Amino acid sequence: MGSEFIVFLAVAIVAIGAALGMALSRNALYSAMFLILNFACVAVLYLLLNAPFLAVAQVTVYTGAIMVLFVFVIMVLGAEKLPAGESRKEMAWQRPLALGLGVLLLIQAAYVIFTRVVSSSAAKLIDSSPLAIGKALFGPYLFPFEVASILLLAAMVGAVVLTRKE
Amino acid sequence: MNETTPYILLSALLFSIGAISVLTRRNAIMIFMSVELMLNAANLAFVAFARQWGQLDGQLFVFFVMAVAAAEVAVGLALIVAIFRAKRGTDVDDLSTMKN
Amino acid sequence: MQTLILLPILIPLVGMLVNAAFGGRIGGRAAGIIATAAVAFSFGLSVWLFAQIAATPARAIGADFGPWIRVAELNVPYGFRVDALSATMMLIITGIGGLIHLYSIGYMKGDPRTPRFFVYLNLFVASMLTLVMADSFLLMFVGWELVGLCSYLLIGFWFTDIKNAEAGRKAFVVNRIGDVAFVLGLLLIFFTFGSLSYGEVFEKAEAMKGAAAGVLTVITLLLFVGAAGKSAQLPLFVWLPDAMAGPTPVSALIHAATMVTAGIYMLIRSNVLLEHSPIAMQVIAIVGALTAFVAGYAALTQWDIKKVLAYSTISQLGFMVAGVGVGAFVAAQFHLLTHAFFKALLFLAAGSVIHGMEHRAHETGQHGADPQDMRNMGGLRSKMPLTTITFILGGLALAGIPPLAGFWSKDEIIAAAAKEFPIAFALLGVTAVFTAFYVGRQIYLVFFGKARSVDAEQAAESAPTMTIPLIALAVFAVLGGLINLPKGFPGEAWLGDWLAPVVGKEPHEPLNLALAGLFVALAVAAIAGAVGLYRRFTSADSVDPLARLGPLYAVSSRKWYLDEIYRAVIIKPFYMGASFLARIFDLGGIDGIVNGAGRLAAEMSETLRELQTGFARTYGLVMLMGVVAILLYFLVSGGAK
Repeated sequence: MGSEFIVFLAVAIVAIGAALGMALSRNALYSAMFLILNFACVAVLYLLLNAPFLAVAQVTVYTGAIMVLFVFVIMVLGAEKLPAGESRKEMAWQRPLALGLGVLLLIQAAYVIFTRVVSSSAAKLIDSSPLAIGKALFGPYLFPFEVASILLLAAMVGAVVLTRKE
Repeated sequence: MNETTPYILLSALLFSIGAISVLTRRNAIMIFMSVELMLNAANLAFVAFARQWGQLDGQLFVFFVMAVAAAEVAVGLALIVAIFRAKRGTDVDDLSTMKN
Repeated sequence: MQTLILLPILIPLVGMLVNAAFGGRIGGRAAGIIATAAVAFSFGLSVWLFAQIAATPARAIGADFGPWIRVAELNVPYGFRVDALSATMMLIITGIGGLIHLYSIGYMKGDPRTPRFFVYLNLFVASMLTLVMADSFLLMFVGWELVGLCSYLLIGFWFTDIKNAEAGRKAFVVNRIGDVAFVLGLLLIFFTFGSLSYGEVFEKAEAMKGAAAGVLTVITLLLFVGAAGKSAQLPLFVWLPDAMAGPTPVSALIHAATMVTAGIYMLIRSNVLLEHSPIAMQVIAIVGALTAFVAGYAALTQWDIKKVLAYSTISQLGFMVAGVGVGAFVAAQFHLLTHAFFKALLFLAAGSVIHGMEHRAHETGQHGADPQDMRNMGGLRSKMPLTTITFILGGLALAGIPPLAGFWSKDEIIAAAAKEFPIAFALLGVTAVFTAFYVGRQIYLVFFGKARSVDAEQAAESAPTMTIPLIALAVFAVLGGLINLPKGFPGEAWLGDWLAPVVGKEPHEPLNLALAGLFVALAVAAIAGAVGLYRRFTSADSVDPLARLGPLYAVSSRKWYLDEIYRAVIIKPFYMGASFLARIFDLGGIDGIVNGAGRLAAEMSETLRELQTGFARTYGLVMLMGVVAILLYFLVSGGAK
């Protein structure tokens, strides 16, 4: 427990820092980079949590594909320079409200966690090898699997259609 | 304290940060990225609980979330590009044609 | 045979339908002929029926044409009855009605809406016949209402002048007021006697005698208010002078001979009920006498030839009502008959005079002076001899000069009043003097002296279709007294004996020579006085000699200011109340609430719309708010574990 916790703590701190960096950065590209860092941390955490397959998937799909897409679009649109102006006047109250609500959410979550989360004493070890995941995917989770592939197809078509030049 | 608890706490924290970021940003792409952060936080929680209960289902769920997130990002960015072409800007506050 | 008694009603109805359907195409003259023929036919049938019932011991033929209303204990059949009283009325209605139909053909010549006139006239005859031939109070009420309707239609016949339409409306509304009381009376009758048919009601009333005096008094008073509305008694007579806005034949038929007598008829018909409520009788007598006095007084100073006759009618109706009130039912019916003759005659003759006055205007196309204003008349006896003679005969009959009809009937009532009710007698006596005076005044102003306007100078006698009915009626006005001569004369009290099955046997009275002589002398003196006074009235702009009486004159010529009083006391508050309800309560209040509700909804939605800012971020914020709130709820309520 001890060593795991220390690693966790280190990674967690980096993750939080990256998240905050992403949230506060004025430059879209910097934000994207921060997010990539965050994803990488989460991948490490997956490893800690005995999910090797997911860890690799995280790196491949999230950072490798999704974030690349993000960076690409940011570059294309030249949106790294953000307008630093004020929001419209009637929405000035939104920022503090959002902050407040976020904090509130956090507090509620903490409360739930500390009072309600029932746990067994020890974690059970599970077989999380790719083989096991594969068996599950083509077994009980076959239907969602197929649907997911259709979803990806639809997304692909949609993306093409949306960006077609008239 | 349970060993799962810190993971859940982290997840909640990341989620909150993502939520606040979604609501305070004006750049569409930034908002999108914050949404991804939130999704990730949720994934983390899934995996943590999967380990706690000793079930693989949590991880499988994360798998699907990733797939859906990928699809969603593809379409969403395509939309943003299309809008950018039309409006020359990515300020979401410009997209207020549904006003009143 | 029994079904035949329905024919006199049905035939005018057929005539009405024919004229309604084809009147436009066949023209006024043809429509008039059809209508007159229908009524003449009914007259023939009435005469025949009269002879028929004379042969039967009970002097009545009844026929029941099936059930009409059958609800719980209320059972009213379509029952008709021809008995002594109704047969007499039928003869008047169809006889005088027929003559007036004939007269109208000439009178209404040239009026484009003449066919419709005859439609209404026929409907009126049918309705009035229903009224007198009904065997139950309810069926009579149907006829009652229908004649009221016809009256409204005919008064406002020339409705393009708003005043005529208003007069029609006034008649209908005032009638209605009486009708409310009438219906209440009907309700009480049913409640007390369990039936509305004459036979059953009168039988039961006779059986109950004194025990039911209280209820009977109320019933009879209610019925009397209804009669007051229809027969123009105080205080509901204000509609009749205004009703002169209608064509003169209408005034003659409806407002002299028939419709206004419906109330009297109803009272005489209900004599059984009246006899057992002495208090009601006294009230009726006083009201009748007062009406006679008030109206007679107003007639003294009127300038419109028809208005004089209108007030005269009200006055004479008061005589009849007073007669009923003192228990002289036969005398009242007698006066009803004679009055029908000479008053119809007077109206028709007045119509002839008006026509004569309009003659010049028709010939030259120029607008003339008011043809109904007596100040513009004068010296018409040389231009319209037939009209003059018949008018004078009618007038003298009205004044009560023997041996004309009016003398006998009026004298009977006065004699009865002298015996039973001194106060009524005094009022009636003074009124008789007034009557003679205004008759003399009218005759002199219209027919004697010099013509006071160009129209009078160029007046011409009317067509035979108009003068023949005058002559016929004049004959009856002269000889009408013969039907009920006092004791000692040949054929004495014929009418009294004839009506005995209906009103009970009344003793034959001898002629009270002192009383009669007194009143004849007073009448002659009054006429002479009138002639002398108006000798000096030589120009249309002259002042009425009576004006010297100052306020007394004003009260008369302004008709006791009754119209003004009614307007201030009744109409104005009513309008104010109605206006309040309409504007403040309805428009302001209720509409305000309804519109306000609408506006409230609109404004609320306007406000709510603001929530839809159109900014996606706001929506996200709201979503987060929702999430937090739900979470909070679950936490607080100790929800899902």
